[in-house]
Amino acid sequence: MSETKTIQFSEETMATVQRLIKRYPEGRQKSALLPLLHIAQAEFDGWLSPAVMDYVAVILSIKPIEVYEVASFYTMYNLNPVGKCLIEVCQTGPCWSRGSDDIVEHFEKKLGIKVGETTSDGQFTLKTVECLGSCGTAPMLQCGGDFYENLTNDKVDTLIEKLRANGQRSTYMKDNRVM
Amino acid sequence: MGKKLLLEHINVPGIETFEVYRKQGGYASVEKALKTMTPDAVTEEVKKSGLRGRGGAGFPAGMKWSFLDRKSEKPRYLVCNADESEPGTFKDRYLMEKIPHILVEGMITSSFALGARTSYIYVRGEYMYVIRILEKAIAEAYANGFLGKNILGTDYSLDLYVQPGAGAYICGEETALLESLEGKRGNPRLKPPFPAIAGLYASPTVVNNVETIAAVVPIVNMGGDEYAKIGIGKSTGTKLISASGHINKPGVYEIELGLPVEEFIYSDEYCGGIWKGRKLKACVPGGSSVPILPGELLLKTAKGEQRLMTYESLSDGGFVSGSMLGSGGFIVYDETACIVRNLWTFARFYHHESCGQCSPCREGTGWMEKVLHRIEHGHGQASDIDLLVDVAKKIEGNTICPLGDAAAWPVASAIRHFREEFEFHVKHPEKVVNPKHFEITPFVSERVAVIG
Ligand SMILES: Cc1cc2nc3c(=O)[nH]c(=O)nc-3n(C[C@H](O)[C@H](O)[C@H](O)COP(=O)(O)O)c2cc1C
Ligand code: SF4
Ligand code: FES
Repeated sequence: MSETKTIQFSEETMATVQRLIKRYPEGRQKSALLPLLHIAQAEFDGWLSPAVMDYVAVILSIKPIEVYEVASFYTMYNLNPVGKCLIEVCQTGPCWSRGSDDIVEHFEKKLGIKVGETTSDGQFTLKTVECLGSCGTAPMLQCGGDFYENLTNDKVDTLIEKLRANGQRSTYMKDNRVM
Repeated sequence: MGKKLLLEHINVPGIETFEVYRKQGGYASVEKALKTMTPDAVTEEVKKSGLRGRGGAGFPAGMKWSFLDRKSEKPRYLVCNADESEPGTFKDRYLMEKIPHILVEGMITSSFALGARTSYIYVRGEYMYVIRILEKAIAEAYANGFLGKNILGTDYSLDLYVQPGAGAYICGEETALLESLEGKRGNPRLKPPFPAIAGLYASPTVVNNVETIAAVVPIVNMGGDEYAKIGIGKSTGTKLISASGHINKPGVYEIELGLPVEEFIYSDEYCGGIWKGRKLKACVPGGSSVPILPGELLLKTAKGEQRLMTYESLSDGGFVSGSMLGSGGFIVYDETACIVRNLWTFARFYHHESCGQCSPCREGTGWMEKVLHRIEHGHGQASDIDLLVDVAKKIEGNTICPLGDAAAWPVASAIRHFREEFEFHVKHPEKVVNPKHFEITPFVSERVAVIG
């Protein structure tokens, strides 16, 4: 996927990166690692390939292993390619109590895939996640930094249509508004 | 109507903007503190207020502030904990989304009290849109002279930044949060040293919850003594409660501490009663980590006294017949809820979120998840129930950070109060194959009477 693309941030993104690094004291540029990985994931097809992680290591003057161990620790970083729209349905107690199991089942039926799989057209990846801090509007899901709440099967149908028509990759860093 | 200190202006259109927030009296605490008070005097007001940390542990905020090493040559930091990942808790998100400026204001006043020149708000990565809202609010505060060099013409200067997490509940634990803020895995640190001595970048640091910092605003405005008059005993002030589960009106409510639990659940001002006309079965009153209580023990203590929404009343009876106020994540279950399945989701959560440093937590949470999965899916054995109790006991107290305890308590309490339900699963596997089995054939224990 991204392997053919040169791995380099745009000038604009680079300016943001420099601004981010200044938020921390001298010599503490490693603190910018988490925000940088979010930005990298958004710019390079929604996942962090080893090459992308190495690139981030160079920018921050840290060892590649320091990036790998962080990238593999946090669930928001994808270490494998994902569909354009990563659908993450919350399944913890409060969401379960208001029917998240039904929502997951409905997605599986509509998309013809199981949890953890990607549709053959590469459009959707379905995942279950733990509490997203939206239990008062359960059941809910997250897709590209947007929360979809108080879900019903009808709302799921509309969402699938909307995302499919839009065709864009959903990302946390919408409109390139990087922090 | 109870007093509202944090959410008073929540419905004012445009309250998320600096202009409207300021018109409603916003940033008065910064003016008062910076122009008329010394940093120590601000800390003194927070001490007098009796404010207790709103992140879960309820540790007195003023006391925590007084532990900060003020003699050190190193810079001091205030870090706001907006990691909010405890299942059932969503109050900080609500506050930051609706009134971001109250947090920015609280950060400025609190940073002044602590002598911090750079402060960070660590927000869970999934709240990326909240991060945007905060960044906008911070930019407005800079533009209006409330952040940056020489705030309001005084010699106090402060920079404030938002830092995103990336999906790890453990980063809510304060030392894991500091590790994460330093760009590392969120592995909790061994204490001591405590953050007050060696926190962020090995410098003296205070970590406080969003709501704690926001509460500093009314405390400075009205004075600590006035604030302490609200509430009961050592539970002073107001508290945001995130209400979820089987109730008519899930949402975030600001209550005066001391409100009867029964009123909170059944009054139309708050949860509006149990949904679908059903009855109350159980409740986890303070976020997934605290012990679950059956309905009758939730509304009344074992001594038969009315249970109140306070730190003391909710923990009355200890873990035998009480629970905790915790983060205020109030999760309600109706008569059809399957306690075993709910517990399995929690066990899966803790297993997923364990950082893996300590073997009792890493392995124990895995075992609890597996055994609960087995019971819930109709393959359990009678001995599994005691096995769960045993594993929970062996995790408790044997780990670096309290996540281990947080994983053990829900299991121990669910079995303590609802053992029949676990036995029913083991004895009647054919009846529990459907995840909604209790909705289809209500399970009514003789001991655990349903309420309402
Ligand atoms: C596993 C774990 C998760 C935690 N998550 C949070 C959290 O999301 N937000 C929070 O404010 N405190 C959380 N805490 C509590 C913090 O460690 C810390 O006590 C708190 O931020 C202190 O702030 P306070 O004194 O204002 O409550 C967590 C603790 C543990 C052990
Ligand atoms: S108790 Fe669990 S989460 Fe906490 S440090 Fe140990 S392994 Fe990590
Ligand atoms: S349980 Fe789903 S958002 Fe909290």
